[in-house]
Amino acid sequence: MTTETLLWLLPLPPVLAFFLIILFTYRSKSFSHTIAVGAALLSFFGTMVVFFRAVQVSHLGDHPFATSIPWFPTGSTWFNVGMLVDPLTAVTLFFVAWTVLMIFIYSVGYHNFGQPQGDHDRAGLPPHGATVQDAHGRKHRVPSVEPMYSRFFAFIGLFAFGMYLLVLSDNLLTLFVGWEIMGLCSYLLIGFWYGKPSARAAMIKAFLTTRVGDVFMLLGIVYLYSMTGTLNFREIMHNPETLNMLAGTPSYIAGLSAAGLIGILLFIGTIGKSAQWPLHVWLPDAMEGPTPVSAMIHAAAMVSAGVYMVIRMYPIMSAGMDVGHGLTPPMLFMAIIGAFTALFAATIAVAQNDIKRVLAYSTISQLGYMIAALGIGGFVAAAFHLVTHAFFKALLFLGSGSVIHGMEHGVHHTGDHHIDPQDMTHMGGLRKKMPVTFWTFLIGGLALAGFPLVTAGFWSKDEILADSWAHAPLVFIVLALAALLTAFYTMRQITMTFLGEPRSKEAGHAVESKWTMTLPLVILAFFAITFGWLGIPEGFPLIGGIVPNWIHEFVGGTLLEHPPALGFSWVPLLTSLVVSLGGLALGYYVYRGVRSDEKDPVEGALGASLYRLLKNKYYFDELYQAIFITPAYWLAETFTSLWMDQKVIDGILHWFAYISGVIGNFLRNAIDKPIINGSGDMVSEGAKKAGGSLKTIQTGRVQQYMILALVSLAVFGAFFFYLVKMR
Amino acid sequence: MQFPILSFIVFTPIVSGLLIFLIPADRKTEARVAALAAGLLALLLSIWAYFSYDVAAGGYQFVEQYTWLPMLGISYHVGLDGMNAPLVLLTGIVMFTGVLISWGVDDRPREFFGFLFILATGVFGVFVALDLFMLFFFYEIAVFPMYLLISIWGWKVTREYAAMKLTLYLFIGSVVALVGALAMYFVSGLGTFDMIALEQAGFSPEFQRLVFPFVFFGFAVLGGIFPFHNWSPDGHVAAPTAVSMFHAGVLMKLGAFAALRVGIMLLPEGAKAHMWWIILLTLVNVVYGAFIASVQSDFKYVIGFSSVSHMGLVAMGFATLNKAGMLGAGIQMFSHGVMTALFFAVVGMVYDQAHTREIPNLGGFRKAMPLVAVAFIVGGLVSMGMPGFSGFVAEFPIFMGLWGTYPWIAIAAAISIVVTASYIIRIIGNVFFGKLPDAFEGHIRDVNALDKVALVFLSAVLIIVGVYPSIMVPMVESGVTYILRLLGGA
Repeated sequence: MTTETLLWLLPLPPVLAFFLIILFTYRSKSFSHTIAVGAALLSFFGTMVVFFRAVQVSHLGDHPFATSIPWFPTGSTWFNVGMLVDPLTAVTLFFVAWTVLMIFIYSVGYHNFGQPQGDHDRAGLPPHGATVQDAHGRKHRVPSVEPMYSRFFAFIGLFAFGMYLLVLSDNLLTLFVGWEIMGLCSYLLIGFWYGKPSARAAMIKAFLTTRVGDVFMLLGIVYLYSMTGTLNFREIMHNPETLNMLAGTPSYIAGLSAAGLIGILLFIGTIGKSAQWPLHVWLPDAMEGPTPVSAMIHAAAMVSAGVYMVIRMYPIMSAGMDVGHGLTPPMLFMAIIGAFTALFAATIAVAQNDIKRVLAYSTISQLGYMIAALGIGGFVAAAFHLVTHAFFKALLFLGSGSVIHGMEHGVHHTGDHHIDPQDMTHMGGLRKKMPVTFWTFLIGGLALAGFPLVTAGFWSKDEILADSWAHAPLVFIVLALAALLTAFYTMRQITMTFLGEPRSKEAGHAVESKWTMTLPLVILAFFAITFGWLGIPEGFPLIGGIVPNWIHEFVGGTLLEHPPALGFSWVPLLTSLVVSLGGLALGYYVYRGVRSDEKDPVEGALGASLYRLLKNKYYFDELYQAIFITPAYWLAETFTSLWMDQKVIDGILHWFAYISGVIGNFLRNAIDKPIINGSGDMVSEGAKKAGGSLKTIQTGRVQQYMILALVSLAVFGAFFFYLVKMR
Repeated sequence: MQFPILSFIVFTPIVSGLLIFLIPADRKTEARVAALAAGLLALLLSIWAYFSYDVAAGGYQFVEQYTWLPMLGISYHVGLDGMNAPLVLLTGIVMFTGVLISWGVDDRPREFFGFLFILATGVFGVFVALDLFMLFFFYEIAVFPMYLLISIWGWKVTREYAAMKLTLYLFIGSVVALVGALAMYFVSGLGTFDMIALEQAGFSPEFQRLVFPFVFFGFAVLGGIFPFHNWSPDGHVAAPTAVSMFHAGVLMKLGAFAALRVGIMLLPEGAKAHMWWIILLTLVNVVYGAFIASVQSDFKYVIGFSSVSHMGLVAMGFATLNKAGMLGAGIQMFSHGVMTALFFAVVGMVYDQAHTREIPNLGGFRKAMPLVAVAFIVGGLVSMGMPGFSGFVAEFPIFMGLWGTYPWIAIAAAISIVVTASYIIRIIGNVFFGKLPDAFEGHIRDVNALDKVALVFLSAVLIIVGVYPSIMVPMVESGVTYILRLLGGA
């Protein structure tokens, strides 16, 4: 099969699985997951074939795999849609295929396949567990299977389709289609347990917040299309004339070129999708969905899509950046938002006790790194971190799901349902109970913290730090601080969860998860280490150049001009070593002996009020409620609906009706009755008589009326015909 | 002589409506079956006309012209072009599905279907009319049965008020438009009502600027333009389900289409002079309608105001006077028509079971009527402008056209996209998901097979146009090209 044909087929299996499951197999759990996992496998194998073919092409950036067909006509030409694999697509596809497949397999175990039906489980609520009798007649509480098992696999199938479509698109429009499909799926999946009010609130919040960004992105697309007449990536990005034209045309905002405004509008879409400040509020609440969904949204697909899009649009973002001119407005904007978000989210993560929420804020923070990297021109670094982050963050999320599962086992054992299985203060000592989960989670955590030399996170983060040191020292300082906090809260999480002694009976009775859950962890842990070795800078002391810096060579080729490799500098390297090792050590020492009834040491160090501020996420939810949601409702309800529409517009109408009533009464009572009626009575008397004689034909039967009507119609018709003939 | 397909389309409903009147009143099933047969016939005829239109040739096709009152220059003159062909198809679709979901009407179904079909003839007539007098004639035929349908079969609480309000607004609108039309007739000096002739009348710019507002606003009242939109939500809510479908799905397009056909196409200079402030009014429509929709607690009022908002987009697209905007508006008329018919069908189905439309009192209907929930979600995605559905094919060009002329208005109008998403999501969440109120437990039955056919059919149309836009875009484009020639543009 040619690679081009294969490109068209890649996204199809998951969407076919979606339709097969909802139409035919939704009653059978095993059929449904077989279809879904099989579809993910097909796409996976296809992707690997494409990936390895792509790697073998020299100068893939100049000769990408591309294929397109006409979709809808626009005047004289057609709008073409197609598939494109250039180096950036190839590496993105690589991690998407792996993580998606792992998440699909993991979901089988996560939703308790093979367990009995729950005693009181209902669709729309998480499974509560079932009671089984063993051979000795003793009753046990065991986890029960998810009541909407098949539906889950249908939805993540559609989700995966959205991501494949987005990554493979050769134009902004189909990318946007994939983007919106994922938005829809995240809505459906965050609210998967729609019986919980918090899940319903979270699904709405996620959808609407990202939608705000989407609107700006759509305007950016519209603007770009009206300027260039195409949305094809190659035609825009690989065309210096187009880029110069965009950079040279002033936009509607003074001082901003068309490229600048388009770049900013598109980037606002990413702020929503990749949960950057100030549209970050939806992402932590999205934890309401099942954990595989969290991994899908936070690592494999949705938030990565936001970053992927801006990396893809980088030539527009940077259009007009001549040497010495400094950053373009969109890049400056990205650098500020990204660096700020990286630090801001890291501070919140320090004070969270929910195991998934810590990861959620760390995702926001890490995405901020990528955005900041792109903002200062680190194209390759951003792409590199995107890939490594996808691997280790998927690993961490799936690991946390495994921990929660283990804790739920404990909860079923003790029967105390007031213990929140996601609260880290109840955990501790899980390393002995759940060894595979522990070791893989440790690897993921160390990668996140940037543990030197071994982990993938170190190499990609180091690249970002090196880039920022070279181009924007201020950004470098902010990112280094964020890295310190990252290492600290990661170790805090690992220590509270796995190390020390169990802090609750439930933690003492936790058990390791099944192989369907642990196998994906092991595979992702492999990539969380090794993928970084593909991007070791050539100039790195001792080990640089042993493994060629393949990432830089390959991904850099996406751009029209290959970005120059950065010279080596000790400052970022030493900083990176100090912050990661220092943060990890600090986290361990502070938290190693904390008991469950003790106050969080961070609270002691920061003071109660600052701690509360962090714990409550700087009160952003409350702030948005006060400044956006309440006024919007006031505007809609009080001003527009009640005052303008019902009072003013209808009021005028009713006033007219009233006035005409008054006039009518006046005419009737003052003129009509005394003056006209007097003379009219004579006429009406005559009419009454005529009516009396005509009354006989009023039989009240519609059929007769109808015949009468037809006859008169014929008579009148003949009369008119006669008139016409006469002329 | 070629087969007079347009006349067949126009007169099939009224003839079958009159024949239905001949069926005895107590033979309700016979009346329904006859209505369904007629609806199916009209649908097939309109599909046939739509697909036999030759896009490559463009212009007016299937033209029929018979002199009627030659001394006044009135003739029966009809034709199909790229602009009205989708609307004829839309009317066929709404008529057919309207009959399907009205199977349960038990109060004098014979008269109900009879009046509904008279209305349909009026609608078909306006869309294909090429004679100004005929256009008015059919227009009044379409408006009049509406009064009876709402005041007899409507929602008991508001039907008198709403029917009267609607009729007054629309008649006053048409009188104002008639003044403009008569002015054109006399000033042109051609002694004809034929619109093809009047297009070439060469009215002076001063005259056009003077008369344009009469014609445009007279008709745009029926398109629900701000601040003359208030008849529409009240009317939608009071009307029985099939009539709401007709009302919002087709009748509002009548207003927008007539404003285009008579206003913009006959008085292009007037259009150019007045458009800058009309576009501001339509912006109010779009944003204001969406905001009001978002706070209504009555399910049907939400959809009613969403129509105000979406029809604002249609008028906005026309008001750009450029190719992309008008193309989008043309598709939006079709897309919104099908979508809103689907919405009102769903509202009716929920109401039939729950006997309330208060959103806070509903919930969990997904379980009892899954297909209805899916259909509503499809409609919701269309109204949010999701790619892959017809709403996107319509809204994307509108925003393109808008960006080219008034970028700030495009940004302001984009607010409505978010607000639309919020109220659609709220309905999906509160009506179809969530918990079924205890009072409804065991009382909610699924819809019948005919309803399902209607829902699937409407949803399928929305998806087909979204996935395969080539089925409609080139056709509308050919219609827009003709209009742009009249406007003196490219």
